[in-house]
Amino acid sequence: MRPTLRMLSESLVEQIIAEGMALLRDPGVRVHNEEARRLLAEAGADVDAVRLIARIPETIVRQALETTAHEFDLFTLDGRPAVHYGGDEVHFDPGSAALSILDPETNRQRVPLTADFVRLVKLVEQLPQIDAQSTAMVCGDVVPEIGDLYRLYLALNYIRKPIVTGAFRKDTWWTMKEMLVAVAGGEAALAARPIAVFDVCPSPPLLWSDLTCQNLIDCARAGIPAELVSMPLAGATAPVTLAAAVVQHTAECLSGIVIGQLARPGARVVWGGSPAAFDMREGTTPMGDVATWMIDCAYAQVGKRLGLPTHAYLGMSDAKIIDAQCGMESAGGTLLGALAGINMISGAGMMDFESCQSLEKLVIDAEIIGMAKRLVRGIEPRDEPIALSLFRKLGHRADYLAEPHTLKWFRKELYLPSPVIDRATTDGWLRKGATTAAERAAERVGSLVASYQPSPVPPELRAELRAITTRAARKFGMTALPPLPDFERV
Amino acid sequence: MCSELLAQIVASLVAGDPDATVDGTRQALAAGIEPLAIIDGGLVPGMRIVGEKYSTGEYFLPNLIVSASGMKQAMAILVPELKARRQHLTSSGTVVIGTVRGDIHEIGKSLVATMLAANGFEVHDLGVDVPTDAFVARVKEAGANLVGLSALLTTTMHGQKDVIDALTKAGLRAQVKVMVGGAPVTRKWADDIGADGWAQDAVAAVDLATRLVAHVQQVV
Repeated sequence: MRPTLRMLSESLVEQIIAEGMALLRDPGVRVHNEEARRLLAEAGADVDAVRLIARIPETIVRQALETTAHEFDLFTLDGRPAVHYGGDEVHFDPGSAALSILDPETNRQRVPLTADFVRLVKLVEQLPQIDAQSTAMVCGDVVPEIGDLYRLYLALNYIRKPIVTGAFRKDTWWTMKEMLVAVAGGEAALAARPIAVFDVCPSPPLLWSDLTCQNLIDCARAGIPAELVSMPLAGATAPVTLAAAVVQHTAECLSGIVIGQLARPGARVVWGGSPAAFDMREGTTPMGDVATWMIDCAYAQVGKRLGLPTHAYLGMSDAKIIDAQCGMESAGGTLLGALAGINMISGAGMMDFESCQSLEKLVIDAEIIGMAKRLVRGIEPRDEPIALSLFRKLGHRADYLAEPHTLKWFRKELYLPSPVIDRATTDGWLRKGATTAAERAAERVGSLVASYQPSPVPPELRAELRAITTRAARKFGMTALPPLPDFERV
Repeated sequence: MCSELLAQIVASLVAGDPDATVDGTRQALAAGIEPLAIIDGGLVPGMRIVGEKYSTGEYFLPNLIVSASGMKQAMAILVPELKARRQHLTSSGTVVIGTVRGDIHEIGKSLVATMLAANGFEVHDLGVDVPTDAFVARVKEAGANLVGLSALLTTTMHGQKDVIDALTKAGLRAQVKVMVGGAPVTRKWADDIGADGWAQDAVAAVDLATRLVAHVQQVV
């Protein structure tokens, strides 16, 4: 049996969905994108062209829920299905779009550079617990206007795993699509075997900005999956009661499903988010708060009731260094998200709310993820009878370590951590240098990055990606890209 | 053919398949390979790989023990064959091993005993909560040249010193090397109580034991 967390009673789920639908009728959703307003009006929504508000009747929402994709796969760059969106399957990717990196030398944040990004991407390739890549940091050594697409350009030169990404502008989405099409070998191939999913974020409360709305429409039309990242901030941009925050999330995501389906019926849209409880002392958005995790797990339950693939930002910490708080918060969210059966859990490596990536935290988080994946595989009988034959054989002898039964099962039954997790005797720990988890993590980052094997990207494709990215950079006054680590001379 | 059979024995140990190790050993004998060649070319290199994989973290305790059990069973076939050829494994050593008085922890001690047996040592495993005098008596009786003392508790560690003192008192200390182990036991403790060596785990214990006594040699 798969252990499962249910946050809401069935009747509360129904009421949340009903109230979410009701919010779309009144007060409606603000839509700052002209094309979406047109699509909504054509479908029968009541669109206020002055106040930019669309009031969406339930029939349109029900219709969209009929046509939207209920499950789909993301593929590796060499065409193997790697991530299944749908059901209770759980996958993990690093938190996205960090503006800083925790420098392990100084233990302080700094601006990430190309070399940092490539190092992180190589690390993610080498971590078996992490299922997908993400465009995890924004590099400071290119002009900000290409900050989004430059990450994807770098990643596509090194990755095999599928990638969670997102655009910061309307026009850069097209450049990013061009890269993905080049890698997939054509638009049809990309739609048939998607290698990327785009995060698109409504703004709380109940607003679709021009940019994200256009990204959503463009993804739907191109057959590229989109992940709705609704982020009610309970007590600030959303009601403080958790159920009401989930109602707001429901309304925002339902409107996203509608817009996606109006752009192209059958479009793949994920029921996702990054909600938070508002910290009432500091005025911050704690990702390590238990109420944050509860909203995430609750909205995932709502999404599952609607039969939709799910996503959440979980497994992050608000700590500024790798300390006890960092481990505690990351473990809490990761374990709950896994128990809630959320298909894609983004957040590994992320700290300081959602602003900083740490490679060292990422390898520690990978261990938490390994344990979470073990947890949701649950407890199986394995043998029939479960234990009687073993006890008939061994009696009172404590010889299980030498039993073939142990050798047969221990790798399946137990999660075997990397040396990041210390389980030595005190003496053994002292002998190995009396290290902290962060120190062991730093060592593992080094060895994993060094063991990375280049992805089989043909030189012509590498050149094409570079040409696409250089063209985009020139539009914003940047004539030459930083050299690509391992491939171009500094 | 010869090297292929030995390679199969190596592979069976690495795969942790004791039945295959035994089969391979029988086949090698039937093919006319000398017992010592089977040990040196099949069993020892196989266990060395298993030990290395354990040290690098790829293998775990169950792998170590199951492979060691395969080697132990193979040795049980080979020792009579050596005798029949008037050859024997002399200087792998004869070990008396046990967990000291007052301490009932077994796993670590048994692991070391199994690994030593797998590496050609004659092992006298006295079990747990072993009275000090019992170690002395068995050393005398078996003509042992190595003693392994396990203790898992800070309160029972002193039992290791008691055995060393008793061996000295019985006039046996010059004939045996003493190695100590167990979670609270450190190199410093080993030095303090006059032991000859200390090892961090079962793989290191075999290296230590081998260093402490002479290596396998052929006696005509």
